Amino acid sequence: MDLQIALLLVQDGIVNGAIYALMALALVLVFSVTRVIFIPQGEFVAYAALAMAALQSGKLPAVLWMLLALAAVTLVVEAVRQARGAEVDWRSTAVWAVVLPALAALMLLVVKPESMLLQVLAVLLLVVPMGPLVYRLAYRPLADATVLILLIVSVALHLVMVGLGLFFFGAEGSRTTPFSEARWDIGGMTITGQSLVILGVTALLVVGMFFFFERTIVGKALRATAINRVGARLMGIPTSLSGDLSFALAALIGAVSGLLIAPVTTIYYDTGFLIGLKGFVAAIVGGLGSYPLALAGALLVGLLESFSSFWASAFKEVIVFTLIIPVLWWRSLNTHHVEDEE
Amino acid sequence: MKPLHLVIAFIVLLAAAWGFLPPFTVTLLCYIGLYSMVAVGLVMLTGVGGMTSFGQAAFVGLGAYATAWICTSPQAAELLGALPKGVYPWVGLLLGLAVTALVAWVLGAVTLRLSGHYLPLGTIAWGLSLYYVFGNLQSLGGFTGLSGIPPLELFGLSLASPRVLGVVIWAVLLLAIWALHNLLDSREGRSIRALKTGRLMAESMGVDTAQQRIKLFVLAALLAAVSGWLYAHMQRFVNPTPFNLNIGIEYLFMAVVGGSGHLWGAVLGATLITLLKEQLQDWLPRLLGATGNFEIVVFGLLMLLVLQRASTGLWPLLADAMRRWGWVRPEPPTHPLSGAVASLEQRTLPPAGEQVLQAQKVTKRFAGLVANNAVDMDVRAGEVHALIGPNGAGKSTFFNMISGVDDPTEGQVRLMGQDMQGKPSRAFAALGLGRTFQHVRLLGERSVLDNVALGAHRRGHKGWVASMLRLDRAEEAAVLAEAMRQIERCGLADVAHTPAASLPLGQQRIVEIARALAGQPALLLLDEPAAGLRHLEKQSLAALLTQLRAEGLAILVVEHDMEFVMNLADRITVLEFGTVIAHGTPAEVQANPRVIAAYLGGDVL
Repeated sequence: MDLQIALLLVQDGIVNGAIYALMALALVLVFSVTRVIFIPQGEFVAYAALAMAALQSGKLPAVLWMLLALAAVTLVVEAVRQARGAEVDWRSTAVWAVVLPALAALMLLVVKPESMLLQVLAVLLLVVPMGPLVYRLAYRPLADATVLILLIVSVALHLVMVGLGLFFFGAEGSRTTPFSEARWDIGGMTITGQSLVILGVTALLVVGMFFFFERTIVGKALRATAINRVGARLMGIPTSLSGDLSFALAALIGAVSGLLIAPVTTIYYDTGFLIGLKGFVAAIVGGLGSYPLALAGALLVGLLESFSSFWASAFKEVIVFTLIIPVLWWRSLNTHHVEDEE
Repeated sequence: MKPLHLVIAFIVLLAAAWGFLPPFTVTLLCYIGLYSMVAVGLVMLTGVGGMTSFGQAAFVGLGAYATAWICTSPQAAELLGALPKGVYPWVGLLLGLAVTALVAWVLGAVTLRLSGHYLPLGTIAWGLSLYYVFGNLQSLGGFTGLSGIPPLELFGLSLASPRVLGVVIWAVLLLAIWALHNLLDSREGRSIRALKTGRLMAESMGVDTAQQRIKLFVLAALLAAVSGWLYAHMQRFVNPTPFNLNIGIEYLFMAVVGGSGHLWGAVLGATLITLLKEQLQDWLPRLLGATGNFEIVVFGLLMLLVLQRASTGLWPLLADAMRRWGWVRPEPPTHPLSGAVASLEQRTLPPAGEQVLQAQKVTKRFAGLVANNAVDMDVRAGEVHALIGPNGAGKSTFFNMISGVDDPTEGQVRLMGQDMQGKPSRAFAALGLGRTFQHVRLLGERSVLDNVALGAHRRGHKGWVASMLRLDRAEEAAVLAEAMRQIERCGLADVAHTPAASLPLGQQRIVEIARALAGQPALLLLDEPAAGLRHLEKQSLAALLTQLRAEGLAILVVEHDMEFVMNLADRITVLEFGTVIAHGTPAEVQANPRVIAAYLGGDVL
């Protein structure tokens, strides 16, 4: 390997690492606020990428029907809860289950956007409300269950979403048009505009999240919930609000990641799972709790992947996923006393 | 009918029909048997042990590929040249079990100290990785796989046809269920059941929960490997697909849908999922007009529904129905025989007055907060020492440090003269410390007897294999008799067979004392034992503690009930804001102005 190839691999690793960093960010966010290990995170990536590809080839992303079905079922469930005497927050329900899905349907069925910016907006409107809707239908009834049960729910949900992804998008993979076609040659190394877009948007999201959590009252409420769930509830932060919000953010991050990566990699209905899992490996570096460590982990995963695809491409996935073993071992060294599960 | 009779009826029915079933049904039953074997391991992991694995399919794959490689590869033939061909599958079985045990042990070892969700996350990564390894190793046939695996032979009888091999499969499955049933009904079984919700408590009873977890994980993996071995010799061909992560998830579905807390739930779940998959693969693609494994959508939804609506799975529903229809009657609990206790390990208590526990300058800081500040105290054999103080004085923190739940930041804790720095709470238990918890930690669904017997865990020695083979009965009788003796002593004989969670809180605290006593402690730590007790119950508790003191036990009590403390304690230590403000006999402490100030407020000083 010469320096040029090494630089190329590093560049590749950083770009992929940025996507894994976004995944890790979403996973840490959802886990710390709701204790859900959100395996289906990667499905949002695939949904967004494939929906964008469908739009660009002039087709209707059929996953819209899934969103509308989710919204309808959620409305029914909330109505039943209301009838049974539970207190239903109809304002947030209207946002997630009526307004946003209606806007998505309007964009996709009536407007049929041609410009890239509007297409991005349509895809975000399509994918983001799925987060809170999925949370309300799958996780909220089990809000008091153990982490383990919630994890099993996640895996079940992952299967449902992958299966539906296959149904709505078919088995063929797709790529989308890059956001930037620019290329620069610097010292014999090619840098594409798209990779800069990926890094830029990732940085923007990371900084945005930082400000959201540090400076806004809603962000602080989410952080409070992450630190002490019961305490936050006693202070008047409703559990369902934090659930809705963290899943919406996760879906947003997933959708953005999908839009970013689709021009670089061919995305199939089940690609998202692997991307999400690599985000997990990164998140586990930080013990599912630390954002900076998760970002470092993501970079590590990205670099490891690009270098192992050069040396042993058939075993690329094996090497990346096996990284979890030394990472877990290293983490377990710092754990001393036995604690009971929540 | 008793449950056992129902099982026998089921086996007889299956055996009688076996010869007449159509070949397709026999093959299907073979698969159900193989899947059940994996699912039953997952029941032990998930429903009983509170862990889970999505990677069991990969362990099945290890079992299958090990024997496939031994039986078909030229390299293996070179290595085993001297052996007759009929022995190869058995070498394959041994290799499969050895490799599986090694992998499972490593996976368990790196995750066992961490919270429960790291193990399943690790198994996802492992389940994915192995699929790619199998698919990319040319010596294992890549994604096309290995064919030409010979059928099994047993005493010259060929097991090539599913009708013959199926008998072996079901015999292995039923034996496994029998062994696991025995395991759960033993000393080790009690500690395994505590892994799910009571690890901290079990550690305090002397159970090495990390080791138990790893053993359970290895056991489940080995069951999967045996299933894989049989699978390879039934199919006579292996490729990576059936060992994929998706199939691993399906195995978990079988366990959860069937009822992850019940061994027979695994068989029920495997049967349901296998039959359902058969049907769905048939008509779902036709219905949707597209090809693909859409059954995963239905499975996923079914799983969500089961977890939300019937989290214990379908087996308990079926068992309830059978009870209601009068098909089965639960067996009445057997009363343990007394007299067997003598065979248990006995501890010689230290002579009265000897220092049993000593805390020197124990300080604990949580970030900036000093919870305990240079606390000195000791407990002697044959005395009741009370630790009192207002709420937030740092009593619970101190309690954690002298029982091995947490380490002091500075200072030293000595138990029986030994420095306990960094030792786990089971090491404290081994030296003779028995304790109760401020927030009661009992296994709510288990009987009082079962809970108390867990306290005697350290006094028995029979291990997993002995328990599975029922070689532990004498010791088990002794443990139960000892538990019963302590239950009677604490006045709980009437409720010995009731689930612990159904008792009022005050009585649950007494169950905790009985559990601690079953371990025959030299030092008893009681965290608010009188809370929630009625007046008469308090009196009998005081009488019990007085009697224990007379027997030479050292007793440390944290308690808020001043009347109880003042009448019982020989010495009292008073904590406020993490610091000892007074120490002495009840009379001295009562007269101490700082104590009065701490309790009543005001500036007495």
